[in-house]
Amino acid sequence: MNRKLALFGILAVACALTAHAAKLGAPASAPPSVTIAGGQFESVLPPAPNVKTTKVAPFRLDVVPVSNADFAEFVLKRPEWRRDRVAGLFADEGYLRHWASATDPGAAIAKQPVTQVSWFAASAYCEARGARLPRWYEWEFAAAASDKKPDARQDPDWRQQILDWYSKSARGALPVVGSTPANYFGVRDLHGVVWEWVEDAGSMLVSDDSREQGDPNRNRFCGTGALSFEQKENYAMMMRIAMLSSMKASYSSSSMGFRCATDTGKAP
Amino acid sequence: MTKNTVAMLMAALLLGACGSPDKAASTHPTGPTGGSMKGDLGPAQGEPVHAVLTSPPEVPPPTNRKTPAKVIVELEVIEVDKPISDGVTYTFWTFGGTVPGSFIRVRQGDTVEFHLKNHPNSKMPHNIDLHGVTGPGGGAASSFTAPGHQSQFTFKALNQGLYVYHCATAPVGMHVANGMYGLILVEPPEGLPPVDKEFYVMQGDYYTVGKYREKGHQPFDMQKAIDENPTYVLFNGSEGALTGPKALKAATGQHVRMFVGNGGPNLVSSFHLIGEIFDKVQYEGGTHFQENVQTTLIPAGGAATVEFHLEVPGNYVLVDHSIFRAFNKGAVAILEVSGGARADIYSGKQLDEVYLSDKLADPAAIVTAAQATASGTLTVEQQIKAGEVLFKGTCSACHQDTGAGIPNVFPPLAKSDFLLADKKRAIGIVLNGLNGPVTVNGATFNSVMPPMSQLNDDEVANILTFALNSWGNKGGAVTAKEVAQVRTTTKRAEGAAH
Repeated sequence: MNRKLALFGILAVACALTAHAAKLGAPASAPPSVTIAGGQFESVLPPAPNVKTTKVAPFRLDVVPVSNADFAEFVLKRPEWRRDRVAGLFADEGYLRHWASATDPGAAIAKQPVTQVSWFAASAYCEARGARLPRWYEWEFAAAASDKKPDARQDPDWRQQILDWYSKSARGALPVVGSTPANYFGVRDLHGVVWEWVEDAGSMLVSDDSREQGDPNRNRFCGTGALSFEQKENYAMMMRIAMLSSMKASYSSSSMGFRCATDTGKAP
Repeated sequence: MTKNTVAMLMAALLLGACGSPDKAASTHPTGPTGGSMKGDLGPAQGEPVHAVLTSPPEVPPPTNRKTPAKVIVELEVIEVDKPISDGVTYTFWTFGGTVPGSFIRVRQGDTVEFHLKNHPNSKMPHNIDLHGVTGPGGGAASSFTAPGHQSQFTFKALNQGLYVYHCATAPVGMHVANGMYGLILVEPPEGLPPVDKEFYVMQGDYYTVGKYREKGHQPFDMQKAIDENPTYVLFNGSEGALTGPKALKAATGQHVRMFVGNGGPNLVSSFHLIGEIFDKVQYEGGTHFQENVQTTLIPAGGAATVEFHLEVPGNYVLVDHSIFRAFNKGAVAILEVSGGARADIYSGKQLDEVYLSDKLADPAAIVTAAQATASGTLTVEQQIKAGEVLFKGTCSACHQDTGAGIPNVFPPLAKSDFLLADKKRAIGIVLNGLNGPVTVNGATFNSVMPPMSQLNDDEVANILTFALNSWGNKGGAVTAKEVAQVRTTTKRAEGAAH
């Protein structure tokens, strides 16, 4: 426990130190991130028929999702991502619609996770920080952890706790970033706050190679979905995937946010 | 065009052969309809029509069209927190803000342009699979819609019938369990025979973390859903959706049609209307019908059209006759029928009395006493006579017809010092039972008398009056008022009952 905390602290300092070296357009201070060692992992979406596990390479993941305030800094420096200037190809009409103005989210939601952002905008944000969006397997690997176990997916209580979020309508205010407890890896807010974009959102389901991904429509209606999902009782993950697969890269939604990741050895 | 004309001609011939349309029931096809192969009635004609969508239990008016049309349906998906029971809320995912979703009514051969809108505040993506659609997924893939977006697809309604629609987004079971289903009626080309009332009722099963009626906001319980162990089984999405002031209303002499669906996700419904017989059931939502049906089976993801004529006023109860669901999980709705009494068909209660088996000599005395009580002219004589009959049925098994009891087991009532000493105590013993030793006429009895909780105040009064005036006892009387007073001032032992 102490060791983990200490590690967390060192990482936070390291991140802060490297922040000023970030590219133009990056927020003044990059948020803390943690290294996740990865390893063999059983995803709800097996990489190929008869292949149960996939290898997740070591990566670094932001501890919390990007906030409205973070994203406002980005928009100030990269005005082409303002809602009134963004290219229609890269964002739909809902893009940052909930902000007070094109550059200011308003104080009330500054610390909440940014939502109403397209995949393109989220990718651009991470890129500007020298980072990228996490890939699905990375995200799923990190999100499989409870506070005590790296993979708690078989724990019915933990599952129900996640499902409870889905049993609340999205009309209430979002919590501020970092308000849920850290999981085994020290990551917060993976569940119970917002959906999150992943780098491969556009290809994880509708693959050019159907042998790799099964029926490309498998998540879209009942019969096929029931056939190709693994861990059919893992409703929480199924819903994540259904949500991601419903979104085109230009789409935005009131409950879809994101966080950034990097390959290890490369500080964000 | 030519094909269409021919089809219409054929339809006209068919109608002619079967009789005039106002003899509604006889025009209904009994032979094969030809299914989807006969369902293309040609291109849509005239201006596009916007479908009237209704919230349950309302049903849109008949299309009243003679030609196929382009029908535009705009359905919005909304995720809402609503009561599922008194003081219990649940996050429903809905088609049109209600459970079940809006009722859609089109005519066979119509071209339906379907717009599915997913409210910006939705957390989930959704889609729709209409069982009335011919095509892969029933529209599911074509209508997969992210929050804050809308999608459109078009289908031709080739098959007539009553069809379920539902969301088919993964995890499908959860979307359905959260209320994402409704009905679409595809009328036959000639329309349905006219009726006085049409209702829209749909059953569903619900799975909450908390127990039945546990207060507060209840999340979905995935394990209960997988185990097919519902917390609630409901008509129209909440307990009380169709009871009390919200009961369905009709009148005697009316012909009623109910479009009944079952959204599931898991349970099959044994749909039954207590006190009525379905004159006609179009089972499985199909074309043909069965007559004179008591209970019809409605599969999850299926529907039935039931029709009946109302003769007798009163409350009729809709239930899932898998009956614990009705009384312990909420599957109850009320049809309130107004109108004048029809004692020739149903009398109502003519007699309410104790059934005394072979011990009963003549119930007339009880009836006489009950009538006298009602008219306020009850005499001690009448009480004794009624009490005698009641005593024979209720008390004599132990205390014996002679009132002598059984030595060492059941104490005597005849010349009993214990009985005669305290009238109030005697009333209390009949009402609440007696457990433990008592001394009667010098002998000790240690036995158990159960509380006679099945007896009302009049009956207790009559029995005791009889006992006080029989077998040489000195007389006196007990009134129902005295019994009532003792009943309210004493307490029966926990769990005790006759």
